[in-house]
Amino acid sequence: MNIAAKKLFKSVNVLVFKSSKNGLHVTKVAPSTVQMTVRDALNSAIDEELARDQKVILIGEEVAKYDGAYKVSKGLFAKYGETRVIDTPISEMGFTGIAVGAAMAGLKPVCEFMTFNFSMQAIDQVVNSAAKTYYMSAGQVSVPIVFRGPNGSALGVAAQHSQCFAAWYSHVPGLKVVSPYSSEDAKGLLKAAIRDPNPVVCLENEIMYGVSFPMSQEALSSDYVIPIGKAKIERPGKHITLIGHSRAVQFCLEAAAEMEKMGVECEVLNLRTLRPLDEEAIINSIKKTNHLVTVEQGWPQYGVGAEIIAKIMESEAFNYLDAPIYRVSGADVPLAYAKSLESNSLPTAQNVIKSIKKSLNIN
Amino acid sequence: MASLKLIQLWNKKSTSFYRSLFRRNLTSATSISDKASFPGYKGEFSTELQFIYPENNSQIQCYRVMNRKGNIIDPSHEPQFDHKTLLNMYTYMNLLAKFDIIMYEAQRQGRISFYMQNHGETAAQIGSAAALDSQDLIYAQYRESGVLMYRGFTIQQFCDQIYGNSNSSCKGKQMPVHYGSKEFNFVTISSPLATQIPQAVGSAYAYKRKQNGLCVITYFGEGAASEGDAHAAMNFASVFDVPLIFFCRNNGYAISTPVKEQYRGDGIAARGPAYGIVTIRVDGNDLFAVYNATRAARQIAIKESRPVLIEAMTYRLGHHSTSDDSTAYRSVDEINLWEKGDNPMNRFRNYLFRKGILNEKIEEELTEEHRKMIMESITKSERTKNMKPTEMFLDVFDRPSQSLLKQQNEFLDHLKQNKEHYPLDTYEKL
Repeated sequence: MNIAAKKLFKSVNVLVFKSSKNGLHVTKVAPSTVQMTVRDALNSAIDEELARDQKVILIGEEVAKYDGAYKVSKGLFAKYGETRVIDTPISEMGFTGIAVGAAMAGLKPVCEFMTFNFSMQAIDQVVNSAAKTYYMSAGQVSVPIVFRGPNGSALGVAAQHSQCFAAWYSHVPGLKVVSPYSSEDAKGLLKAAIRDPNPVVCLENEIMYGVSFPMSQEALSSDYVIPIGKAKIERPGKHITLIGHSRAVQFCLEAAAEMEKMGVECEVLNLRTLRPLDEEAIINSIKKTNHLVTVEQGWPQYGVGAEIIAKIMESEAFNYLDAPIYRVSGADVPLAYAKSLESNSLPTAQNVIKSIKKSLNIN
Repeated sequence: MASLKLIQLWNKKSTSFYRSLFRRNLTSATSISDKASFPGYKGEFSTELQFIYPENNSQIQCYRVMNRKGNIIDPSHEPQFDHKTLLNMYTYMNLLAKFDIIMYEAQRQGRISFYMQNHGETAAQIGSAAALDSQDLIYAQYRESGVLMYRGFTIQQFCDQIYGNSNSSCKGKQMPVHYGSKEFNFVTISSPLATQIPQAVGSAYAYKRKQNGLCVITYFGEGAASEGDAHAAMNFASVFDVPLIFFCRNNGYAISTPVKEQYRGDGIAARGPAYGIVTIRVDGNDLFAVYNATRAARQIAIKESRPVLIEAMTYRLGHHSTSDDSTAYRSVDEINLWEKGDNPMNRFRNYLFRKGILNEKIEEELTEEHRKMIMESITKSERTKNMKPTEMFLDVFDRPSQSLLKQQNEFLDHLKQNKEHYPLDTYEKL
């Protein structure tokens, strides 16, 4: 991987998140509600799991002394030391292979990719070794590992820093894939991923790192775990279902708020897990609303939306549809750098609204 | 203009600087007393504009204990094995040689789909295996059957794995020769070359943390050493100071690619010191040299907690696999020259004959016993039922997901409705 590009990438993000880097870990808003950024939620998940299980280690480039390229591992090196939070030389293939081997020998590594774009250097270790070894060895060799890092588009970092790998990793039997949206999602899913005996890919989103969400008392507990494979209804509604994951949930919620003004009640389903997909939740929602729009930031072809639609065609939910399903996705192009080109390539709440109107045949 | 000025200034400054040095140290014009202290280099400066031509460096020598005829060169290096152990080692070499021949034929007869021979490299396998603790973790490539055999994996287990039947260690899920055994601390073999090398580093890191007094060994060929994984693994192992033995079998060919097209420089061993790794090159056809080197490497790896690289020089006498005919890229004469002139089994055999541990009678008995054992194992493997088909849905995850269970149910329904079209009696009962 090109170091110069990485450093540039890092400096961009340090600037973007300057405030939260220096900010407080937890900000109390009201006695019962606590606001927390997604970054801090991820940090507390790793922190709690490092404390809970001596076998858990965090490994990657810049995760230790530098506190992580995106400061997700802030303070963890200071707290747990170099045997638990491990900086590595530059080589995704190298540190991923090492993390896989450490898992095979009984540790529980959390392997950070500075961005999932760089995980392509290591995808053989993720797919051919981590995902398949348990099967190939007939259960003799398990690989309890988490691959995590920012996924999908950020801001102004062009094609090689902006790809969404949801479809890529979700394609692979033997991998579980989670994709958190909010701070509760981030904490609960990452903790579940670390505790899971299977390899889990945790697709985070760089833009969401700095966003604050309320955390319930339950979510603040060190026992808070969200079951992998369960979607969440973020907003109930009866006229149309909007399904998204990660940052796309935000576009769904924005569109739902806008549509409410027109009397349209949207049900927003946050997938939380991409593999195994919560088919039951999807089917139940369609049975209720009879309309569906899928929203994702990745490319359309063979994407998350495509898979959801195929699953519906194969289930009884198909008979409940009153209109074709519409997909909102990133444009089918590598993401450009220039702001005008970039913003036009990515989905927004407006695109979702347009698709809702099409589905419901309203203006 | 400005830059020219700077250069002039620099020249002026440096000239007087060197002059002052020269005054202080008239005897050495090239060595400078103040030392370099860059983050990446601490040492002497030099005024000589000198490139390193690797071909001018002396080659790393090849350690051996026995010559080609099986005579001990320096008796102080002869390992002190009792007769039983020595005969035992030969027994494994003989058994593996016989197994190779029969399985190769079995593939040609269409009984099995694929096989990979070990012919020519059994001294490297048995010698290194004997030097390890049985609890040391092994990450093999695919030409280390002797290592697993030495650990105790039986011919029946080898056969069952190759046939992929219901007794196979991998339950029919992994292709032939890609053995794996938790019992014998042998990680299931991975097909993409060299992926096992960084994994071995990771496991060695876990062992270092455990302080369990064990090490990890990873085997690979000189061809696999060209993969990026090999570089990353050696660099990381060195940086992490892990108890790991890199065991490179340099057998001359990566399928058809000869070493001279695989790399430049002094082989794989020359890379070790560049990574800061303790390194040795050994005669891989000399069982004792391999044993001594691996045993010493193990001591260094564990006591000093650092990786060691062994490059075992050998020659692949067999084809790469049953999918290969190596006479397409090397002459029969070349193969025969090695077969007769530097065959690791013959070398050890000569040694044992001279010692009176082995004679033609014992050898004949052994060979016959092995042939019988292998044929019986093959017959048993062929008669063993296939793994029940529902097994295919297991071990994807620790517990089957809903969608896997759904697939399994669909599959069972289909079988129920169409059972007359399937040879269900050849499978284990559902």
